[in-house]
Amino acid sequence: MAAISRDEVANLARLARISMSDAELDHLAGEMDVILGAVARVQEVAGADVPPTSHPLAVNNVTREDVVTPSLTPEQALSGAPASSEQRFKVPQILGEE
Amino acid sequence: MTLNYDSALAIYEPTLGLEVHVELNTKSKMFCGCATEFGAQPNTQTCPVCLGLPGSLPVVNKRAIESSILIGLALNCSIAPFSRFARKNYFYPDMPKNFQTSQYDEPICVNGFLDVDVETDEGNKTFRVEIERVHMEEDTGKSLHVGGATGRIHGADHSLLDYNRAGIPLVEIVTKIVPNTGKYAPLVARAYVATLRDILRSLKVSDVKMEQGSLRCDVNLSLSKIGSGKLGTRSETKNVNSLRSVERAVAGEIIRHANRLESGEKIVQETRHFLEESGETRPGRSKEQAEDYRYFPEPDLVPVVPDAKWIEELRTLLPEKPADRRKRLQTAWAVPDKEMNAMVNAELLDTVEQTVLLGADPTKARSWWLGEISRIANDKAVSPTDLMSVNDVAQIIELISKGELTDKLARQVVEGVIAKEGSPSEVIAKRGLKVVSDDSQLMKAIEEAIAAAPETAEKVRGGNIPAAGALIGAVMKLTGGQADAAKVRELLLKHLGQ
Repeated sequence: MAAISRDEVANLARLARISMSDAELDHLAGEMDVILGAVARVQEVAGADVPPTSHPLAVNNVTREDVVTPSLTPEQALSGAPASSEQRFKVPQILGEE
Repeated sequence: MTLNYDSALAIYEPTLGLEVHVELNTKSKMFCGCATEFGAQPNTQTCPVCLGLPGSLPVVNKRAIESSILIGLALNCSIAPFSRFARKNYFYPDMPKNFQTSQYDEPICVNGFLDVDVETDEGNKTFRVEIERVHMEEDTGKSLHVGGATGRIHGADHSLLDYNRAGIPLVEIVTKIVPNTGKYAPLVARAYVATLRDILRSLKVSDVKMEQGSLRCDVNLSLSKIGSGKLGTRSETKNVNSLRSVERAVAGEIIRHANRLESGEKIVQETRHFLEESGETRPGRSKEQAEDYRYFPEPDLVPVVPDAKWIEELRTLLPEKPADRRKRLQTAWAVPDKEMNAMVNAELLDTVEQTVLLGADPTKARSWWLGEISRIANDKAVSPTDLMSVNDVAQIIELISKGELTDKLARQVVEGVIAKEGSPSEVIAKRGLKVVSDDSQLMKAIEEAIAAAPETAEKVRGGNIPAAGALIGAVMKLTGGQADAAKVRELLLKHLGQ
């Protein structure tokens, strides 16, 4: 059985706001299935003595003191924005959700 | 037929769930050193981390973790020995990273409770609200929708984003379902948020200003037929921003749900928005599609693993519980329930306590802060503590008790201090507001008053003591209100042979 269905790939594309053609979906569903299959094999190798990890280093509690450091100027902050207005980032109409 | 509140509750039992978001009052943001000042110019408090620029790396604010643990301890939670951050993925321009750093299945605190008191028909009753979790996350930016009629998203042709707020530490406190509150559901919800706010304030971890959004409440509500034992579908009302609104939102949703259910309609599981003017809610986004956040552990942050020593150190910082403190002060000051509630509701308990600690009589301190000063503050639409300092008030009360000021003169001093004429002693000097205690000066005024109203004086001489009132009034007027009325009365009656 496939690890990921074509419908699931279509749903992920929708969540990621990526428009995909039927041909692309067919192609990617097959490709992602192969990738997930490979990951599943690694999981089989990991024994009970290997804890799941989200971070390669065995480090905990890395924190900083609550001290203010200089921010960017608004000009710097907005310099990479495709559009700005009134010292704010300008984005196209947001539809449907609130 | 339309159900009202009482008839709805004759058929249905409400179940509550409350989510409270608290902005912590750290100086810097959750994962970067940007300042957290409220009301700063747009986009002046941002950096590559909170703007989500490629290659930037977050580091957790230690004080934010400590504040979160303090909140957990104060809410009787277990502190997780191992806790992690997770990415909550969604596309919306309020987070420039396209995800919010939050906590998912490994929150910092779990399984607590908070007892809240509600006034019921049978007197005060305690409801236990169980806490599911307390987790850390970050606030989002502020959007301004431009081009629409009402500033709403529908009809807007573009939106403007200010990311000053993006990344401010946020703690989310989630209750378990709160059953069996019956008709008191709105009051329990309100009391929960009020009690929680008091605790957060006493911990000094947040400004807890609902009107500025540093404390926000989402109200979950469902109804089940009484006796059915089956939970209904819930609605979630977002960002209810005052205690009164919490109460109104619960009551309003009970009525709305009941009427839908009675007419055979289904409740849609959805987010709704509270409308301040009408007390009703309108639908927001439907949950069906929005819930898929694809959480996964945040690879750029390492786990938070608080050891017992750290937790115990924090536990020693817990202040006296607000409810205990209230009882202690009420007993010490011998304040009736009604006046105590007034003081708490006006948020003047701390202020009165500080005034008392400076030596003022508790009853006097309370009556000045809640009376004259609150009245002027109300007129000016500011808070009483913006007008007067605790020191000024304590000093004025001391002068009254020493007999150097009458209540009437003290009111003028208060007026002068508020008008920024200086400290109480400066106002007294500038306005010449000393009690006239010099007998000869008072006698002069008394003789003058008698000369102006010889018939009245004659009546008093003849034994009509109440007639003296008019003469005392005249003397007070002649001395510009600066005489002690009791003293005037004494001298006057003596002078007229009484």
